[in-house]
Amino acid sequence: MKEKINLKVNGKEHSVEVDPSTPLLYVLRNNLELNGPKYGCGLQQCGSCMVLLNGEATPSCRIPVSAMKDMEIVTLEGLQKETGELHSVQEAFYEEQAAQCGFCLNGMVISTVALLEKNSNPDRGEILEGLERVLCRCGTHSRIIKAVETAGAKISR
Amino acid sequence: MKTSRRNFIKTTGYVAVGLSVIPGMAWSMSGDCEAFPENLNRDNSISDWVQLLEDGRVKIFTGKMELGQGIRIAIAQVAAEELNMEVDLIEVHLAETGVTPNEGYTAGSNSIARSAMSVRKAAAAAAGILLERTSEKFNIPREDLYLKNGKVFSAKIEQTFSFSEILEGKQIEEVIPSTVTAKSKEEHSIVGTPVLRKDIGDMVRGNSVYVQDMRFPGMLYARVLRPLAYDAHLTNFNKVRAEALDEVVKVVRKNNFVGVISREEYQAEKALEILAEDCTWEIKKKLPAGKDLKEYLPTLTSQHETVAEQGNVNFGRDSLKATYFKPYIMHGSTGPSCAVALYNDDMLHVWTHSQGVYPLREALSNLTGLPESKIRVTGVPGSGCYGHNGADDVAAEAALLAMEHPDVHLKLQWTREEEHAWEPYGSAMIMELRGELDASGMITKWGYELWSDTHSTRPGGDKKNLLPTIYYEGTEKVKLSGFLGGGYRNSEPYYRFPNLKVEANFFEGPLRVSALRSLGAYANIFAIESFMDELAEKAGKDPVEFRLAHLDDPRARDVLVKVQEMTSGITISENQGIGYAFSRYKNSAAYFAVAAMVELEEGKIKIRKMWGAIDSGEIINPDGLKNQTEGGMIQSASWTMMEEVKFNEEHVSSVDWSSYPIFNFRDIPEVEVEVIDRPNEEPLGAGEAAQGPAAAAIVNAVYRATGKRVRDLPVNKYFS
Repeated sequence: MKEKINLKVNGKEHSVEVDPSTPLLYVLRNNLELNGPKYGCGLQQCGSCMVLLNGEATPSCRIPVSAMKDMEIVTLEGLQKETGELHSVQEAFYEEQAAQCGFCLNGMVISTVALLEKNSNPDRGEILEGLERVLCRCGTHSRIIKAVETAGAKISR
Repeated sequence: MKTSRRNFIKTTGYVAVGLSVIPGMAWSMSGDCEAFPENLNRDNSISDWVQLLEDGRVKIFTGKMELGQGIRIAIAQVAAEELNMEVDLIEVHLAETGVTPNEGYTAGSNSIARSAMSVRKAAAAAAGILLERTSEKFNIPREDLYLKNGKVFSAKIEQTFSFSEILEGKQIEEVIPSTVTAKSKEEHSIVGTPVLRKDIGDMVRGNSVYVQDMRFPGMLYARVLRPLAYDAHLTNFNKVRAEALDEVVKVVRKNNFVGVISREEYQAEKALEILAEDCTWEIKKKLPAGKDLKEYLPTLTSQHETVAEQGNVNFGRDSLKATYFKPYIMHGSTGPSCAVALYNDDMLHVWTHSQGVYPLREALSNLTGLPESKIRVTGVPGSGCYGHNGADDVAAEAALLAMEHPDVHLKLQWTREEEHAWEPYGSAMIMELRGELDASGMITKWGYELWSDTHSTRPGGDKKNLLPTIYYEGTEKVKLSGFLGGGYRNSEPYYRFPNLKVEANFFEGPLRVSALRSLGAYANIFAIESFMDELAEKAGKDPVEFRLAHLDDPRARDVLVKVQEMTSGITISENQGIGYAFSRYKNSAAYFAVAAMVELEEGKIKIRKMWGAIDSGEIINPDGLKNQTEGGMIQSASWTMMEEVKFNEEHVSSVDWSSYPIFNFRDIPEVEVEVIDRPNEEPLGAGEAAQGPAAAAIVNAVYRATGKRVRDLPVNKYFS
């Protein structure tokens, strides 16, 4: 049965009428028409659907939308400023051209934002740990690592 | 809705430069482009490729798809170079029936060598004609004119001429000269530079990039019920509970094909779970589970072919023999396949991430009975595919459901399990090698025999290669038409051996198979380059020097020497080893040499670092080339270390990332790639060059670190 559910995404309040067990991912993509979080596995195994939940990088594919009350949800779209200026992490991924097909990029960027929030100067081991929940099939890892380092340097500056 | 290209040009208001035949520009789909006869309608006029917009921008039409390989930026660079304009003023329109040239499939590392080179000629010809036209029309000597950023300038007088002033909206009817002079390499300022891919800017912003991101007003969500096995019939079908679910619009059944259409995606999924409970299947044929595939698959052999034969290969007692095995490997796209379809006013429109929109249209026509003129297929990027994944299948299923429920857009999204368990895999292969050395330690005799299933069952116009067809039509599984040549890709060694014989055997294996990045070359190069190390050891020689001693082509030697140099200062500890490998992809495309350093750590193999050197002739975008090469090395490392599709008697049991794991960040080696630029050589396909050599370098390094010669992949079978 449908219910009215309120949720706060990218700083804005939204109200949707859906089955409360609907995964957050489907509400973000289909009801709020956001493209950032991607459907990759629906099993919390690949990280394509990462969003920031109260600042923590979290897969959105299984978590029911009804659990989102009082949660601060930020998607890839919510990272850039209203002026269109990119977040340092987005900027770094673009400058380092850290994508091939780019399908995993959302999970990589969201995980990097969460990682650098805690530690803006992570070493290689910390980067690997911070991103290990996100799978990339194109093998773009080496330049994603570089993008994280570049982003860290931008934030520290 | 009319879909002819001419109509498209009219309705989009371009000034089109129409020219006729460009000699020597025919593309073909033979041989290395996988399987299908050349049945393309020729797109010969410049306006098929290059259209000059009235505002000075340029639109390029390519029949290729962006797969993450960066073809869009490479093509834009080539066009910008010839038209002397900023890359940002160029927009590249990807494959779409009725709109872009028909370039068959985006496959076989051909897109630069074919599509980009066609665009180069078309753009160069357009540039020349623009100047000529301006000269005639405004009575200015042609040599005083030059083209820049979408306008023609006069060097003598301060005057500029726009595309619309020059062409007045008319088409130019000139026939292109038989030879087109493109810019010389020395004049290049855009080609050969690392121009940034703008689509990555869209990706980081979360703009709509993929088929998965497409939305239309009133769009509905679809799902398809998978049978329990490849060969299964629906014996009991009950849609009552599923159809009663909120938001579910319809459950469609045609023979063994069942689909759900719903207003909400989540309810489509729920309905599918209910249908799975309420339907019963009879499995017609079980899979040969539990068999040793290395022994079993050759017993299924039905065809044999001698690929190459030279001299005398009667081996003596002192010859060396070894058998290698490569399991079934999956494409494993991060985003499962997806398509959008609309059937409206007798027209079927499909949005797809297929690698070949024209062949798909033909296959859809074959499947639905609609004439091709009533089908429009639009290419939209999807998740990286690395070959033939579920893209065409999901498009066909979306089309069938759209025809059952017309007048509204349907989006069909495969689940992770569907992509894992139903995509066509890269075939398992067995390679048996034999070699003999002469008194000086050089290889004098070489024997190679391989066993493989086909390496391409792309639809190519034939509905039976589309997954839903047999279920939809209620027919039995049929033998698929496929491209056998892929099995012996790179089976002929690139080395100088006086006596050799290469033979290929083909079987029809238990799993669905098709083209996976590099086709048979991955397994063949893995085997050849492993065996080269085995023979080098027998000869008591350094493996790199041993290879160099058998190589005549200086470009082949150069990449090997480059990797030798890159690793020359590396010191390794007792439980570490460095391995090397080389190949020239397809023996005609890019040259690639690679080294891998591995370490045995608590019983497990860890790849520490990989070094690669690539020569792909003229480079359009060096950063793109590096990205592709690094990616190929890492992907191949994942295949080689841990990947193997498994199945039980019913079906594939590798259904997610825990039953079919791939590399994650913790497994990733450091990667260093050097590019050897040859601006005066033809550009060579590079996107698949790393797959085979990377595998062999890893396995050779494992041998050096542990003394264990791994001949059956994946490596982790022996170290866990």
